[in-house]
Amino acid sequence: MNFNIHDIVLALPEDFLLGAICAILLIDLFLKPAQRAITHWLSIAALLVTMALILVDTDPAKVAFSGAYLHDGIAAVLKVFVLGVTAAVFVYARGYLRDRQLYIGEFYLLCLFGTLGMMLLVSAGNLVMVYLGLELFALSSYALVAINRDSGLSSEAAMKYFVLGALASGLLLYGMSMIYGATGTLDLAAIHSGAHSVVVGADLHSVLLAFGVVFLVVGIGFKFGAAPFHMWLPDVYQGSPTAVTIFIGSAPKIAAFGMAYRLLEGGLGGMQPHWSQMLAALAVASLAIGNIVAIAQTNLKRMLAYSTISHVGFLLLGLANGTPTGYAAAMFYAVSYAITASAAFGVILLLARSGFEAEEIDDFKGLNQRNPWYAFIMLLTMASLAGIPPLFGFAAKFMVLKAAVDAGMLWLAIVAIVFAIIGMYYYLHVIKVMYFDAPVDKTELTLPKDLAFRWLLSLNGVALLVLGIFWGPLIAWCYHAFGLAS
Amino acid sequence: MNSLPLLSLVIWLPIFGGALVSLAGTGRANVARWLALAIAILVFVVSIPLFTGYDSASGTLQFLENVQWIGAINANYHLGADGISIALILLTTFTTVLVILGAWDSVHDKVNQYLAAFLVLEGLMIGVFAAMDALLFYVFFEGMLIPMFIIIGIWGGPRRVYATLKFFLYTFFGSIFMLIGLIYLYLHAHSWELADLAKLPLSATEQAWLFFAFLFGFAIKVPMWPVHTWLPDAHVEAPTGGSVILAAIMLKIGGYGFIRFSLAIVPDACQEFAWLIVALSLIAVIYVGFVALVQEDMKKLIAYSSVSHMGFVTLGLFISLALVRATGNKDAAALGISGAMVQMISHGFVSGAMFSCVGVLYDRMHSRMIKDYGGVVNTMPWFAAFWVLFSMANCGLPGTSGFVGEFMVILASFAMSPWVAAGAALILIIGAAYTLWLVKRVIFGAIANDHVAKLTDINPREALVLGAFAAGVLVVGVWPAPLTHLMDASISLVVDHLLAAKS
Repeated sequence: MNFNIHDIVLALPEDFLLGAICAILLIDLFLKPAQRAITHWLSIAALLVTMALILVDTDPAKVAFSGAYLHDGIAAVLKVFVLGVTAAVFVYARGYLRDRQLYIGEFYLLCLFGTLGMMLLVSAGNLVMVYLGLELFALSSYALVAINRDSGLSSEAAMKYFVLGALASGLLLYGMSMIYGATGTLDLAAIHSGAHSVVVGADLHSVLLAFGVVFLVVGIGFKFGAAPFHMWLPDVYQGSPTAVTIFIGSAPKIAAFGMAYRLLEGGLGGMQPHWSQMLAALAVASLAIGNIVAIAQTNLKRMLAYSTISHVGFLLLGLANGTPTGYAAAMFYAVSYAITASAAFGVILLLARSGFEAEEIDDFKGLNQRNPWYAFIMLLTMASLAGIPPLFGFAAKFMVLKAAVDAGMLWLAIVAIVFAIIGMYYYLHVIKVMYFDAPVDKTELTLPKDLAFRWLLSLNGVALLVLGIFWGPLIAWCYHAFGLAS
Repeated sequence: MNSLPLLSLVIWLPIFGGALVSLAGTGRANVARWLALAIAILVFVVSIPLFTGYDSASGTLQFLENVQWIGAINANYHLGADGISIALILLTTFTTVLVILGAWDSVHDKVNQYLAAFLVLEGLMIGVFAAMDALLFYVFFEGMLIPMFIIIGIWGGPRRVYATLKFFLYTFFGSIFMLIGLIYLYLHAHSWELADLAKLPLSATEQAWLFFAFLFGFAIKVPMWPVHTWLPDAHVEAPTGGSVILAAIMLKIGGYGFIRFSLAIVPDACQEFAWLIVALSLIAVIYVGFVALVQEDMKKLIAYSSVSHMGFVTLGLFISLALVRATGNKDAAALGISGAMVQMISHGFVSGAMFSCVGVLYDRMHSRMIKDYGGVVNTMPWFAAFWVLFSMANCGLPGTSGFVGEFMVILASFAMSPWVAAGAALILIIGAAYTLWLVKRVIFGAIANDHVAKLTDINPREALVLGAFAAGVLVVGVWPAPLTHLMDASISLVVDHLLAAKS
């Protein structure tokens, strides 16, 4: 591996973000708690500038560090949304953190490092880079979950997350080592050409490769939270402070899509018939478990966790296609999910006041009477998650279903919609609680005076409707990234 | 031709108007009421040029608007209307004005949201009738469910949550299979245009699958027996306005969908399974008619009567198809479809009026039970007069709108088989039985109790609402020519298309 100074320039967005993180780390050391706003706005600025660096780059096709880093149209789309969603998360999280004495520099730094990890993950060109990016993200998020160290629930969640995450990383590494053993290379492009003409069972190498694929899929399933590897997800969503849940629950889904795409299509595209079936099985299991178990939840965060599992099922359905249309649909789905989920958790954060978490579904009783506007925003997020037209979530589900039918997976598509209808019940239940039930506490809601938060949340909610009607440009961008004519 | 994008106006004016009304705030109910009324009337006025400006001699799609919507999948914002659509659009704009007037005194809680929901719903329903792109149709078709879900859920009766969830999940369940069917069609035709889908050659097996996918969606919407069970619940629990819109317009969307999708895209399968639809329709007409007879709740009775009358619509549609395929008798087929359409419009007036009447009584007595009433004519003579008129229309008395459609459908079914006609004609007897018995128990007789004795007759606003419905019923009944003339050419185009086999 030869090092070329020019390579550093090619990875400019990541370089900039890393530099900015180091600078913020230093600056934050010298800030008094009252000046934390500086860290807050600097972090958001760092994310937005990084996003701008990616957006102004009109020729996104770069390979650097001997193929370990590759930046293409797909990476550009994924990174832009990872950065944008994380910036929104910072705006949403601020008031919540301040109320709970968690308004500390570490939150921002860990999130920023996590974001950097996600960026590397979606730009990974070889197995080591995948692992590096993944662990940078994962370690940051373990620490984030435990950031409220006095809370027993958080610590328990962090412990579970760490142990299961480490196990998943181990499985992933094990799979990688098998693939390395079979192909003799870590480079995903080289693996792709090596694994292209493999007939499983023909020789020992092919068997090794097949096992490697299995382990990789398991690792990916863990990171996505796909059933049956979903056990950590509800506990982590519920146990984490909501400000952390929103971070873990939004942007990482986009990055996880990037990882799955790089590993499965970028590296093991030739094994598609094999992993496709595994993903389909994971998708069905996730749809079933996510949607059915969510019905029984009374805690909104936990319900949203199970809802995530079901959405992962849909996403995997798109990935399982193994066609560019399927990948584009899955990417579109990941983006739509991240945007919708951040709005949903945003409303929870808005309603959470010091000493009151707004976590139980019953806390939303009669919200329409107490604050019609944010009840409406929540209505939009729930309807979008449920996939009711004309909202963003419908567009995403539609594209995935279309891709699935196109790839001849009609039965999977039908299974998916049947579970989607079952799932609709619990989203409607939240709407029912907000609109049809009388409020327990009839007082006007006192909302934080954080104008940036309220405007962004309103914008985020309305965007679900606008993007649900005008999703043409976004899907065109996704199609373009995968080289599809639009 | 008018250069204004009329269809877009009648779709988006109420939707944005509804948003405006909801901004009026919960505190300023009167502002919301007047604003909503102004918007509804404006929309109605805007929709009139659709009727006057339509060249009904050609029967083609007019007022076309076509803009690219989602390029990646070739979906267009394609609007257009023929005689069939225009009749239903006018029914929608007309009924919405009356619903908003009708809610003036009877809704006091969150008035702005209530009216806003109806305006948004109006826009979406018109969108359904005007969409010529299958995906656009689907988006409007499903989008309707959210406002209706909220209307039943917030302003409904005691079991509203159960009823609204049942309504939502039932209808969504049906239509999502239609979505899969549409995706399948798109992947073969590479277009969402209804006209392109209608031309697409499809094998018999494909048509059969698609037929059932569409049937799921539209049969639940109509609703046909045996998937009608959501309707009585939804009607009983919905507020008056919700029931009126549900019965007068939303049910029609099912019938409209059969014409635009099932008959146009999978005619061979429709022919193959026409016996099934005819059988289900006859069961709806006869069996559900008997069910209506034993109801104790007025709204439930009218709801079952709706199912029974909508059975007539599906009967008319599929009888015509079977006819034209078997005998080539285009006139009888056109008569059947015309009859189904007139029946839909008529049922829009009649059921809307009947539910409004129940609403008038409910506002005064807070009961829908038949046993709580009796002798209403003594205290509310004007009201009784209206009620009797609508009841006669519901029985299909000549001179009212109810007669025209039923007569045409029965005539058409006679051309197919006298037995089907005889079965269908039973509606005249059963319908008369349950409607007249209802009239007898509620309106006539001695004053049943003190509450009835204290009733006051309808006020001018209520008289205006009921009078407008009555005018609709009588005009269509006495002089249906403008309505049939509006639709004739479009219906014969539909019939011509039916003759062409696809596989």
